[in-house]
Formats: sequence, C-alpha cells, structure tokens
Amino acid sequence: MYQNFAEIERVCAERGISPDRLFLENEMRLTGRGEEEILRKMEERLSVMETAAQRALEHPQSAGLIRGTARRQFLYSAGETLCGRLINRAMARAYSSSEVNASMGRICAAPTAGACGVLPAVLLTLMEERSIPRAEVVRALITASGFGAVVMKNATVAGAEGGCQAECGVAAAMAAAAAVQLAGGTLEGMLSAFSHALSNCMGLICDPVAGLVQVPCAQRNASQAVNALLSADEALAGQMFPIPADQVVEAMRRVGRQLPPELRETAEGGVAATPAGKEIAAQMGLGAR
Amino acid sequence: MEISLFEVTGPVMVGPSSSHTAGAARLALVAREIAGAFDHVSFGLHGSFAKTYRGHGTDKALVAGVLGLSPQDERLRHSFELAKERGVTFDFYEAELDGAHENTVSMTFVKRGGEEITIVASSLGGGRIRISRIGDYPAEITAEAPTLVVVQRDQRGMVSEISRILSAHGINIGMMRLTRTARGEVALCVLETDSALEPAMVQEIARVPGVLSARAICV
Repeated sequence: MYQNFAEIERVCAERGISPDRLFLENEMRLTGRGEEEILRKMEERLSVMETAAQRALEHPQSAGLIRGTARRQFLYSAGETLCGRLINRAMARAYSSSEVNASMGRICAAPTAGACGVLPAVLLTLMEERSIPRAEVVRALITASGFGAVVMKNATVAGAEGGCQAECGVAAAMAAAAAVQLAGGTLEGMLSAFSHALSNCMGLICDPVAGLVQVPCAQRNASQAVNALLSADEALAGQMFPIPADQVVEAMRRVGRQLPPELRETAEGGVAATPAGKEIAAQMGLGAR
Repeated sequence: MEISLFEVTGPVMVGPSSSHTAGAARLALVAREIAGAFDHVSFGLHGSFAKTYRGHGTDKALVAGVLGLSPQDERLRHSFELAKERGVTFDFYEAELDGAHENTVSMTFVKRGGEEITIVASSLGGGRIRISRIGDYPAEITAEAPTLVVVQRDQRGMVSEISRILSAHGINIGMMRLTRTARGEVALCVLETDSALEPAMVQEIARVPGVLSARAICV
C-alpha cells in the first residue's frame, strides 16, 4: 500500500483520508486486529508514557548522572523563564522519562528506549496546555508511529548505526508531525514539520558518557522535544521545508553511514571522550572503552 | 508497510536499553521455558554483553528472565534479591563464542541432581532475540510466534504424529525445523504456530512414544 512518504501522500489524497486512518488500516491488515483493539493498545502505551513522563517531576529517580534533572526543570517552569512554561514543561517531561529509563523503570520505547522522552514530552505537554481529548492524542500517536515506521523501513532508528539523529532526531521528527496534527494542520504540514525537525539535527552523534544512557541522552531528549515543537510551529506558520521528507530520511541514512564508529554509541567520541567524560567513566568503574 | 506501529512505539520495557536490558530479559525468559526446573544458572557473556553489562543492567535483566519476570516488570532491578528469596543461585563469566553476535550469552542451567543444559542466545536489537543453540543442537528460535520445542527420537513418523495432534486441535503450523546430531539418535524439532497451545495439547505431544520432552514457549 505504501513504503514511503510520497506514497502515503498519494494514497491519502486519492482516498481523501487522514494519515492516521491510513496507518490504522495498514495495522489492521498487517496484524488481523480490529480497530478498537489497536486503539486500546495504543492508549495503553500512552498510559505508560504518561507515568514515565510524570514520575520524576516529583520524585528524582536513582539515575546516577541525571538524577533530579526532571524535578529541577519542572520547578523552574513554574517561575519566570526565558522560553515560557510550555517549553520548560516539555523539557521537564523529557527528563523525567529519561530518568525513569536510566533507573530501570518502565518506559515505552519511541522509537528507542534512549529516545523515549521526546514523543511523550511533546504530546503530553500539548494535551495539558490545550486541553486536548485523550482520543485525539492516541490518534496523534498513531500518526507519529506511522511516520517512524517509514524511517525504520527506509533508514534506521539505531544509534549504533545512525547516531543520535536516528534516535532522538527521528523521535523529534515523529513528534513534530504529531504536533501539527494536534494543532489541526494538514498532511503537507506534518511532512514539512517532520523534515524541519530531522534536518535540524542532521549529523547529531551518539556519544554516551561512560556508555550509559544518561548524559548527553537525557539532555538530547529535552532539546529534541523543543526541536519538535519549533519545527511544528514553522510548518504551521507555512514555512514549508523545500526538501521532500523521503529525501531528508535518505540524507539522514547516508550521514549515519558516514559517521565513524567512534560517534555511534561506542562511547569513544564526542563528550564521552572528553577528559571530564572519561573521568566520570573511571569514577563509576566503567572505564574508557 | 510491513512494520507495525507497535514496533515503532514500543516495546513497553524496563530501561535503559532495548538490546542490553529488555532483550536480555526476554531471551533469558525464553531459555527458562526451554530449560525447565533448575537450581543454578551460569551466564557466559560474549562481546558487547561482556563489555557493557553492568551499566545497562544486563546482569539483572538476565537473572530476572530466568526467574520468569517479563521485560516490563519493574521488579527486574531487584532480581538478585528475588533470586535469593527463591533459592536460585547464579554466576557470570566472560565467554569467547566463535562467530557469535555481539550481544550473546551462553546460559548453563544446572538442575537438581547435577544435570545440565546449555542454551545460547543473542539480543538482536529493539527487544528482538534469537536462541541459536539448545544443548548440542543448533536452533533458530525468535519466540515472536507461539513456539513448541520437542526433543524426540529420530525415527519415522514422529513429525507426522506431532502435526496430526496439532491439526486435530485446529492449530496451524507456520514453521517447522528439525535438527539432529546423527541419524537415528535424538532430534530437536521446533515448530511455530499461528495460535498458542493449551497445556493439555503440549502434554498430549509429550506422551507420544519417542518424544522425550515437549515445551511450549509463549512470551
């Protein structure tokens, strides 16, 4: 039925349906499950996201290097800030999921465990700020997942293959498309927001200090949540990205292959390879690898 | 599009790593189903598992898996204490496994009375796994579909008898693979089915003359 964004656009236009409807029908065909069951299952995933995005706002998790990051950002968001409450709350929620993940708590990978904070941060913050009904957020999650599937199919979402652009970057691109849907935008807008977000972080490397999914992963979750929001705003403002989404995905894939292994999750480059990064690793007994 | 929405948004799992935590827990859970009752497990860690297991809680995940905890059970982080409560002991060592995937573990289950079975498994990423060896037999089990593992005498009619029983219960076989060490000895038969098997069906297959053991994996 479709393998890329061009085909999604064509089928949606021909049939006059929204992308979440197309993705839902594809899922029904693929799994033999009914619509209600799929929606229920997706809502369960949303619930897991909500718990993880909320938990560390009040209770810092035993997450070594990033313990307390969510709470700090959340408390700050209530006062006077530069970017306002929405942005700061989105960041706090991204930190929360990251803390829960790092402390062996339950999360929903989206598209990976390391990037699990981005999509919930964006969706849940918009849901709160705009009082969006839960069923609409589930639909947006289906759109985000359908967009992510295209990347999994035609490129990669593994940090070891494509760097952080493939994990937090793709999460941001998925979230940007979902945010446009929640704001009532068009498929064209969703695709443009997706492309803005992925190109904003093209080449972003994966450089986990001490090999742990903590620093700079939690910070990247927070900043990519912001990337998703501003990319959605660009698309909603009518700033259409001039490169088609399929070509942006292909560019991301190529850039990932061009990254040397040191910059793909091996903890041998980037901030992981700084004196301070190595010092942290040594202190934790995890050594420079 | 043949990729499910839930492969993108999912799995629901205990962090921090789908390959080093969730995948490790899942492969150990599947190995437990194959091994049966045991008192002790020796985990031989290979490749990236050996290098990075502590930071990702791979050790806790493996122990949680052999105790029967699912990859989304938050008790996973306390699996060492849980093992103690249940009287299960374990140890870890570094293993060099020729040609194995980076994230591979060799699990030796020691049963009461000293009998041992070694199962080799790899975590392939995104929580997907592959059991590549059961005892002396090469295997290829992903446990994505309900799976039946049968150890049987290598004799005529075994396969048709097993498939007859499954068919009588309305179970469709999606895949069947038979491996043996030498003709006429013991063979390993792995079947994937479209629907899960009831315990009674597994028992019926286990009673077939020539079947040494039958175990269903549905995780």
